[in-house]
Amino acid sequence: MPISYNFQFLNSTSCFIEFGLHVDELTSIRIAALANKLEEDEGIEDSVASYTTLLVMFDPRFYNRVTIKRYLDQLISSLESDAGERFSANEIVIPVYYDPEVAPDLMEVAAACGVTVDAVIKLHSETVYRAYAIGFTPGYAYLGNLNKQLQLPRKSTPRLKVTKGSVAIAEQQTAVYPSDSPGGWHIIGRTPIELIDWQSESLSLLSIGDHVRFEPISRAEYQAKGGGFNVL
Amino acid sequence: MSFKVVSPGILTLIQDLGRKGFQRVGLSSGGAMDEYAFRLGNALLRNKANAAQLEITYGMLTLEVRESTSAALCGADLGATLNGKSILPWQTYALKRGDLLAFAQPKYGLRAYLAVAGGLQCDETLGSVSTVMREHVGGLDGKGEKLKKGDVLKYQPMDDHFQNRVPRHAIPDYSLTEIPLVLGYQYQQFSRIELAHFLSSTYSVSKHFDRMGYRLEGRAIRYDGEGIISEGIAYGSVQVPNDGQPIVLLRDRQTIGGYPKIGCITVLGGALLSQKVAGDRVSFAAITVEEDEQERLLFGHKLKSV
Repeated sequence: MPISYNFQFLNSTSCFIEFGLHVDELTSIRIAALANKLEEDEGIEDSVASYTTLLVMFDPRFYNRVTIKRYLDQLISSLESDAGERFSANEIVIPVYYDPEVAPDLMEVAAACGVTVDAVIKLHSETVYRAYAIGFTPGYAYLGNLNKQLQLPRKSTPRLKVTKGSVAIAEQQTAVYPSDSPGGWHIIGRTPIELIDWQSESLSLLSIGDHVRFEPISRAEYQAKGGGFNVL
Repeated sequence: MSFKVVSPGILTLIQDLGRKGFQRVGLSSGGAMDEYAFRLGNALLRNKANAAQLEITYGMLTLEVRESTSAALCGADLGATLNGKSILPWQTYALKRGDLLAFAQPKYGLRAYLAVAGGLQCDETLGSVSTVMREHVGGLDGKGEKLKKGDVLKYQPMDDHFQNRVPRHAIPDYSLTEIPLVLGYQYQQFSRIELAHFLSSTYSVSKHFDRMGYRLEGRAIRYDGEGIISEGIAYGSVQVPNDGQPIVLLRDRQTIGGYPKIGCITVLGGALLSQKVAGDRVSFAAITVEEDEQERLLFGHKLKSV
């Protein structure tokens, strides 16, 4: 079955492709595959992939409206034949120290979900997540889908500052804060590793479509990996 | 071989045409807010289109010239003076060692662009010098800071001055209040009445305006469509939050958002809006993608005529 999508020009150098109105894994796989193909093209200035959409900004020295539309249509129809294949996704393991010492909302989350803290850790770390979108701040990956038992609405009052490395959950998603920033998600742990490397070509540890797993680590391991205990 | 910053001004930033290829990982592009003025400045000096310049917002900047060069001043009239004598935008000036170049306060517009022959020399961060303060990227030290007193801005010294000015027909008319916009995103999910109100109303710029976006005040626009799954935000997106007061998202915008959007203003529209301040009035005129393309091509011709 041909992939159905809605294509529109937002202006003379940007177009926007919508692949349906619902979040699902196949759509996300296709969007990630398309975004990856565009990354190598010097005529594409940038793209922003999200759950069901792809925003493409092109360089008018390389493409005009006719050629970009044709090019994207072709790329999308080539995804159709790939649909059965498994797109190779990187699997990235993020070590997490789950403890109230670095996770101000861990106890509250356990209470709100009606489970023990150990169960929160188990439920959060046994799922393999998928990076559906990257944004909000550089390297901030929206990972889904969180186990239903852990799904809570965002905090009613966001924190003005969430410490870098904080691992948080909200609704069906989880994420790691790559840098200190405001945030309204529930913090259940902290990772000692860096999600942003300003010296690296790719900048962000995580890319669209990556598979991500969280691995519980002890206080000693956390410290050995350089984890800090500062609270804000 | 440099300017010394005697007084850094309110907000003076090193900018180019923005950082390409990193919105995919959530980094704002940054870049000159008024792309027309920026491009004209580099064209006046025969610089590369992307050569680094100063974006001077509001003014209060004083630079000491350490070595001769040609400079181009474009964009807003911020009451600039060279050794105490008034100078006007849209032309080049010979700068000599010991000169003082000062910017007072806005007389007309908000952001001025200062280009020097060959461009300011500044190390790129991720392929661009554009300063995005919120994300601590770009600028002189690469950490996204605005200019500070004592900063040294390097350039290649040049004794041959190149006198040049932007022809009248190519100077953007900042008195225009009509901002061209291409309808897009969820515009079909706004009722026809709401769309008509949006396009026929006058909005004023609120006090919340910066490089990220301009929040407007006026008739609230109601959105009755479905909830939005977070999606990529293109330059100039007009976002309608729950209170119905439109926000136009510009160079330092976040890359992803979940509010309904009615379309995108054009690069010319963004240049005009970037020169507005709180209380200024604007309205929106719907144009087609073809018209946006013509606008871009027309500007390309104007650049060549400089």
